[in-house]
This record gives sequence, structure tokens and C-alpha cells, in this order.
Amino acid sequence: MIKSNSGIRKTDVINRRMFIIGAAKVVVFVGIVVRLFSLQINENKKYLTLSDKNRIREWKLPPTRGNIVDYFGNVIAGNLKVYQLHIIPEQVENFDYLLVRLKILLNLSDKRIARITKLKAELKPWDSIIVSENLTWSQFVKINNYLYDLVGVKPVMTISRNYPFNDVYTHILGYVSQPNEQEILENETIQERFVPGMKIGKLGLEKRLENHLIGTNAIQRYEVNAYGKRINQLEHQKGEQGSKIRLTVDTEIQKACGELLNEKAGSISVMDIYTGDIIAMYSSPSYNPNLFLFGISQDEWQLIRNNPLKPLINKTLSGLYSPGSTIKPIVALSALENNVVDTKFKVKCTGKMELYEQTFHCWKEEGHGWVSLKNAMKQSCDTYFYEVARLLGVDRLNKTAEKFGLGKKVLGEYFDNEKKGLFPNTVWKKNNLGKGWVLGETLITGIGQGYTQTTPLQLCMMTAQIANGGYKIKPKIIVDSNPVSYEDAKQSMESGLLFDTDSEELIDKKLFKDKKNIKIVQEAMFASTNERFGTSYKSRIDDPKYQFAGKTGTAQVKRISKRERELDLELEQIPYKDRDHALYVAYGPYINPRYALSIIVEHGGSGSKAAAPIAKKLFKLIIDRHDLRNKQSNFERITV
Amino acid sequence: MFQHDRLSNEITLFQKIKNLDYILLISVILLSVLSVFVMYSTDGGEILFHTKNHFVKLAVFFPLMIFVAFFNIKFWHNFSYLIYFIVILLLIYVSFFGIKSSGSQRWMDLYLFVLQPSELMKVAIIMCLAKYYHRLKIENVNSFTSITIVLSIILIPIIFVISQPDLGTSILIALSGLIILWLGGVKIKYFIYSFITFLISLPFIISFLKPYQKLRILTFLDPDRDPLGAGYQIIQSKIAIGSGGLDGKGFLKGTQSYLDFLPEKHTDFIFTLFSEEFGFIGSVGLLILYSVIIFRILRIGSISRSNFARLFCFGYAFAIFIYIVVNLSMVLGLLPIVGSPLPIMSYGGSSMLATMIGFGIVLSAKINHKQMIA
Repeated sequence: MIKSNSGIRKTDVINRRMFIIGAAKVVVFVGIVVRLFSLQINENKKYLTLSDKNRIREWKLPPTRGNIVDYFGNVIAGNLKVYQLHIIPEQVENFDYLLVRLKILLNLSDKRIARITKLKAELKPWDSIIVSENLTWSQFVKINNYLYDLVGVKPVMTISRNYPFNDVYTHILGYVSQPNEQEILENETIQERFVPGMKIGKLGLEKRLENHLIGTNAIQRYEVNAYGKRINQLEHQKGEQGSKIRLTVDTEIQKACGELLNEKAGSISVMDIYTGDIIAMYSSPSYNPNLFLFGISQDEWQLIRNNPLKPLINKTLSGLYSPGSTIKPIVALSALENNVVDTKFKVKCTGKMELYEQTFHCWKEEGHGWVSLKNAMKQSCDTYFYEVARLLGVDRLNKTAEKFGLGKKVLGEYFDNEKKGLFPNTVWKKNNLGKGWVLGETLITGIGQGYTQTTPLQLCMMTAQIANGGYKIKPKIIVDSNPVSYEDAKQSMESGLLFDTDSEELIDKKLFKDKKNIKIVQEAMFASTNERFGTSYKSRIDDPKYQFAGKTGTAQVKRISKRERELDLELEQIPYKDRDHALYVAYGPYINPRYALSIIVEHGGSGSKAAAPIAKKLFKLIIDRHDLRNKQSNFERITV
Repeated sequence: MFQHDRLSNEITLFQKIKNLDYILLISVILLSVLSVFVMYSTDGGEILFHTKNHFVKLAVFFPLMIFVAFFNIKFWHNFSYLIYFIVILLLIYVSFFGIKSSGSQRWMDLYLFVLQPSELMKVAIIMCLAKYYHRLKIENVNSFTSITIVLSIILIPIIFVISQPDLGTSILIALSGLIILWLGGVKIKYFIYSFITFLISLPFIISFLKPYQKLRILTFLDPDRDPLGAGYQIIQSKIAIGSGGLDGKGFLKGTQSYLDFLPEKHTDFIFTLFSEEFGFIGSVGLLILYSVIIFRILRIGSISRSNFARLFCFGYAFAIFIYIVVNLSMVLGLLPIVGSPLPIMSYGGSSMLATMIGFGIVLSAKINHKQMIA
């Protein structure tokens, strides 16, 4: 009984204790349900997002660059389908065998094979290795024929930049290539849209207009597993091609420039004298930008780099030259404007001029005799311009020159490599060289030597502004959203007002005080080309449709010693590096002028022999294409 | 008293079958079927290794449970100490000759399957202590001798298990043992004192933990500390459960598990997968199913005549409850990660074997609930 009692007591204890625990159990289970509720119901959205973030990964595809077209809509920088070969390592059965096969089929170098092997070790097995970025069609066909034997190989069609005119536009467009780290970091748009294999503008407009041209990425969404392997494709979002850019340049003329400067170092610029449209801008020699797309080979690169004619330099914008006699129209204009001389003013040229025991030579040793402004321009008499410059002074000359755009960038906002050149004055010398101005320097400035440095494009603009009657123009190479037609531009100029697209106001852009003075200079330039004894008389065209006015220039590269002057060597006898640069600026047609140009042939000798004949050939083409161009002006308006 | 003895001795096989607890049985079957489907989902919707093995184990251990149930509860009472002793021997064997896997030595190869004796200890300790308290006079419950003995019974297996090392199982064994002490009538103040002592010595204990165990505790306190390393499991688990929502992503559609974001989805994190695919409703349903099982075990305990059966049932019900709570708290980010399977649901033979034997003994208690044990 006691035992039984004890048993009952024990049972009571057990039951009581069980109930305490039982109550605790209920509380704990309720707690777990509450936790489940908070995770699954209250925070469901948050965790769903996290779960999607886990499983959905986006792959950006390289964006398609916008096309660049010429004035007539011809594509000058486009996109081409290219055939590539990828290997997906995880699908490959026998990697070594595959490499041997590919090596034979595609003629791969040992270096390339070693690189593929290295890439394979670095990448995840499901990441594709690009074996060849640009297969030829025959290689592509060959691979496709042997595909049954090449397990894990994927022939891929993709899009790549292409420059159909090869070297014609290189200095304007630049080229695209793989970006380096710095370039990605510098540009936020590139940073945001960058994907491996994408190419960006490295130079020229391709670089400058990167953000317009780049386009947006196509996006592919994939479901991935915990190891990042793609399981399913979920959706595909199309990217937008970059903006189309239309240039003011005429491919036919641009091409002709290239041919005319073939195997010469130099530059040709052609400009619409009213709208400021750049019709051609060619720097010679050029190089083929297509070589850079898939990485240029060392040999090809060395060939370009070591070419003594320096193809890598954009001579039109970065080449600095003494203008030589091509500055004389400005000197003459400045003197007329400042009432230093008039058309009757004459100077006697004896072939040289003595000043402070220094001799200043005219190019013509025997002298020109008594010359007026018109004759001095026509025959490019140096003595006359020494005297005029002496009377005028460098500071007044500098003012006129700067008004016409010397010493300032012409297209500064578009090309980083454009140089601004220099037109000196007394203050400049004091500040920069710490010395006072010497009168002798004024004299040589008057014939475009000395400190003066100009780019070919500056000379072209200068000439254009003389040709249009002395009005300021704003050169441009891209057709903007509101193109001003040739007629409108001309009319607004003749009314003395010009519509400035920046401030959106009509402003007086007169560069002269007396219109008569411009006329005098124009006539003198006409004489220089079209009258007997004119320096470019031999290059004239008599047909008024093509007739042009110009001014030759011969820029000394080194000081001519007394001995050399006596020898009077032929061009071929002088070492290439020491030969003068040949220059020519011109505009035409003389009646109703439309276009201005500047030509520079480095070390070409005299302007009349080396540069002016090029203008003769070019002008015919330029004028012939005028009507076509006029019809095209409203062709398509593209916003940049 | 004599009558009762005779009565129970005369139970026929038919009566045994009739006396089985069908609510418990059906619940266990439901749970088993569910577990096979969930295992099928972890295999990515295919019948692969885990699904097959899990099914085979159920097919073997479920009949084993019935077999265990057909032994008289008296038999289990009589062999309790021996069973405890055999499991201790197995633990000793494992600590010398066991199979090593990922840094711990817990298993022995039985050719047919690999046995983890510490799982068996979870049941054996309840049997052993239930028998001890069944025989102990109520007056002696709080005597120094008896407390020393029961603490030794708990501590001996724990020493072996913790040195394997296996913190999770040791804690479960300790809790399973302590609950019998509690039910047996050990003074509440002893529990309170021990708990206070435990809290005070906690920093000291922590300093003895292995670096990975410390890391687990730190990770529990702040999973975002190292989201790709130590915190990865718990973060991914919470994402899976949270993204399940009210009704889940659907069977075989749990992206977290399907795409391999879930760690150990077959074993300790099986609930995560279940909860992702079946949502809040499914999870609460599973909890209800477990609650029914626990409630039935408690009910069998309360109708049992013998204190051994009563203690075993109450103890075992608590143990099941603790396994569930520890496992769910872990995957829900309420407790640090300690290895602890979810009964029946998790993949793992030894755990299932032990659980089924436990259920078997409970069913035996039900069949023989009128049985008195001297």
C-alpha cells in the first residue's frame, strides 16, 4: 500500500511537471508560428526580392554604335557582321585535341594557343573563350564544315565597327578599340555600359562623340544557380543603337584630297565660306583605322609609327606652320583698315632691305622695282610687306590677324588635338620670352615668318572670311539640328548680321571697317592667280565657273644662309627635312564665291610649284559638286 | 493487481494490432509520405539517390517500429539499462574506430548502412532514466546519490558525443535526459540554480568551444557579418522561407533549392525547402502534424499505468518537441546553427531509426497501457 501510495504520488508529480512543460511547449510553438508569419507574410516582399536577386542575373551585351555618315548620307563609320569563334570549355570533351584541330584549321600561332590555354585556366568552365575575333568567311565555312568534330566550339556572328573608306576619314573619325582601365573610369557612360569585348572611340570624333555614338546595351536575363551557371534564359531586352551623326564632309572631295596628297606629307582643308561647313579635311599620309579594331599587329604598328611622313599626326589641326606669304592678305587688309597705306602707295623693291645693319631679303633677288599693293600681292613682293609691316606695327597687325581667327582654335570643342597656334605681339613677347619686341621681328612677321604659327585649318578659315566679304563664320564638321542653308547664311551676312546658334541672337559679325578694303584684298588675290606674273598664274582656270583667287606661300623651315642663297639650289639638291613647306590658300569661284581652301605640302618647295597646282585640280571637283550639295542640304536633320 | 498482470500477459497479436494508436500511426505515415515527396524535390524532381535511400529506409524502419511495438513495454523496461550500456559501448567503439567525415568521427559502418550511435543515445537515455526514476522511491529523488547517478548517466554519453565533436546531438541528449529529471521530481530550485550556474559559466564554456562553433554563435548574432561565408547558410535559409509567402512557390518550384542556393537541403535544412515550396500554410500544417504526434504520445503517457511508460512517453514527446524546436529555430534564424535533424523529414538513417524505435516503444506502451511494472 505504501508502495502503491508512493507510486501514485510519483504519478502525480510526473503529471504536474508534464503540464508545466506542456504549457511551455504551446508557447514555444506559437513563437515559431509567429516567426514564420513575420518571415513569410510580413517580410515576404523583401525575401522574394532577395530570392530573385539570387537567381536572376543580367548579362549586358555590347551596345551597337551609331553610324557616322557623310553629308550625302554615305556611311563612313558603320557596323559590320563579323564571324567569331568561341570555345565553351565545359562542353569540350578533349581540350588538347580540339586545340590541335583548331590550330591546323585556322593556322593559329603557338602564342595564341598558349593564350587560350591560359584563359581556360582563368575562366569558369561555362564562360566562353574567344579564339578568334574576326574569322574570314572561308575560315567560318571551314569551321562549320568540321563542327561535328569540334565539340564545344561555337561559331558566333556579332557586330563590329567598320570604316568602309579605310584611311580617307581616319584623322576626322579616329577609330575604336578595346578600352583600357583609365578610359573606363574616366567616362561614366562607358563605365555603366561596359562589357568585355566592347570597343570605344580612341581618337577623333569617335572619342569626342562617344556618349552619343555608344548606344545602349541589350540585356539578357538568365536564371542562374548558386555557382553562377546559367540555367534558363528569362527575357531579352533590346538595346538601342547609338545616335547617327551626319558630317558636313563630302566623301568624294575628301577622297580626292587623299589622292592629290598621295605619298606627300601635308594637309588640305575645304570650307563653305558662308555656313562654315567643313567640306574636306584631310591630313596626309593617313592610315587604315580598320587595323585597330581587333588589335593591330606589332609589325603594322611599327610601320605606321616609324613612317617619316608621320601619319599619326593630324596635320590639319595639330600641324603648326609658318604661314609664309599666305599671311599677306591679312597684312594688306590690316594696313588698309588702319589707313597706313592706300592703293596708290608704292614701295621700291631692290631685292633686299637694310634695317639696323640687318639685311631683309625679298625672294626675288633682282627686286620688283616700284610696287603697289596689288602688284606686291600678285608677285608676293617681300620688300613691300616689310615696309608695310614696319609702318603698321606688329600690334595692329596682330589685332586684324586674331579677328580673322589666327591664334585661336577653330574646332576646339570637337578635337582634343587641335592646336591654337600663335600670332605674336609685343605684349606676348614680353610675357613669354621676357624680352622687348625688335623691329626686325615686325618685318619678318609681315611675310609670315618668325613667331607666327598657324594650322592649315586656321588659314582656310582666314581665307573663307576674306572670301565671304569679311564676315565671321563658325566652322563646323557636324550637321547640327538646325542647319542654316547656304542662301540664308549668305543673306544674313550681306545684311551685316549673322545668326549665332550659341547665343541664338543676330549679331554683327563684320570683321572690317570698310568693305572697300576687303574688295581690294580680294582683287589682289585674284590678280595673284589670274594675271600674268602672278605667283600662281600657271595654276589658274580661265572658265569663270571655276575661276579662283588665291595666294601662295613658301614657309622656310630653316634660316637660309648667305652661302645657300648664293648657291640657289634646286629642290632635289636640298635634304628633304630642310626643304620649304609649300602653301596655298584660295577661294572660288571668283564671281559669287562659295568655297575656300588651304593646301600645305610639307617640304614641297615653293607654294606656286607644289601647292597651287593641287588647288587647280581640286576646285573643279568642288564646284561641280556644289549643286548636288545644295540639293542635299535639307536631306536629314540629326540632333546631336 | 494479479488480474491486470494476467490480462496484459494474455494479449494476442490481434489485440495488439487493435490496440495500436491509429492516430499516431496515421500521423507518422503522413509525415513519412510527405518526407518522400520533399526528398524528391531536393533531388530536383527526379528519383535520385536521396529519394531512393530515404524511401528504402522508411520501408525498413516503419515495420521495425511495429515490430518494436509488439514487444511488451515490460520487455523494454527490463532491457533499458542494457540498451543504454550497449549504446555507450557503440559510442566508445566509434570514438576509436569510427568513420571520419568532414572533421568529425561519429559513424560506424554496418555494411548495410552507416550507423550514428549518438542518434540512438537520444532514445536510450530516455529509456535508461525512465527506468531509473520508475524504480527510485519518491523520497530519494532529491538525494545526493540519486542526483549524482542520473547526472553521470547523462554526462557519460555526452562526453563521448561532444568529443566527436557533435555539439548539436550532445545538447539534444542533455535536454532529453534533463526532462526526465524534471518529470521525475527533481526540485525546481536545483534546476534554477543550475541554470544560473550555467549562465555564469557561459563565457567560460564559450572559451572551450572550437573556433567553428564560436563562429556559428557569432554568425547567429549577426548573419550579415560574413554573408558569403559563415552567414551564408542562415541568410539563404531565411530568403527561402521568406520568399515562400502564404502558399509557397509550389511543389518542385522552390528556386532557392532548385538552383542550389540552399545548403544541406536534404538534412538539417529540409524544412527550409518545404517552407519555400508550401509557404506559411504548409509550414503551419506541418507543425500541426507534429503537434498531433506529440499530443498523442503525451496522451499515451497519461493513460499508461506504469511510471516507466509514462516517463518514457512524456520524455520522448518532449524530445521530439525539442528536436523540432531546435531545428526550426535554427533555420528560422532564432538559434545558432547546430546540427540537428528534423524527425522523419530529414535525410539520415540513424536519426530515423532512433525516432522509429522511439515511436515503437510509445506504441508498445499504448498496447500495454494497462501493464503494471513492479
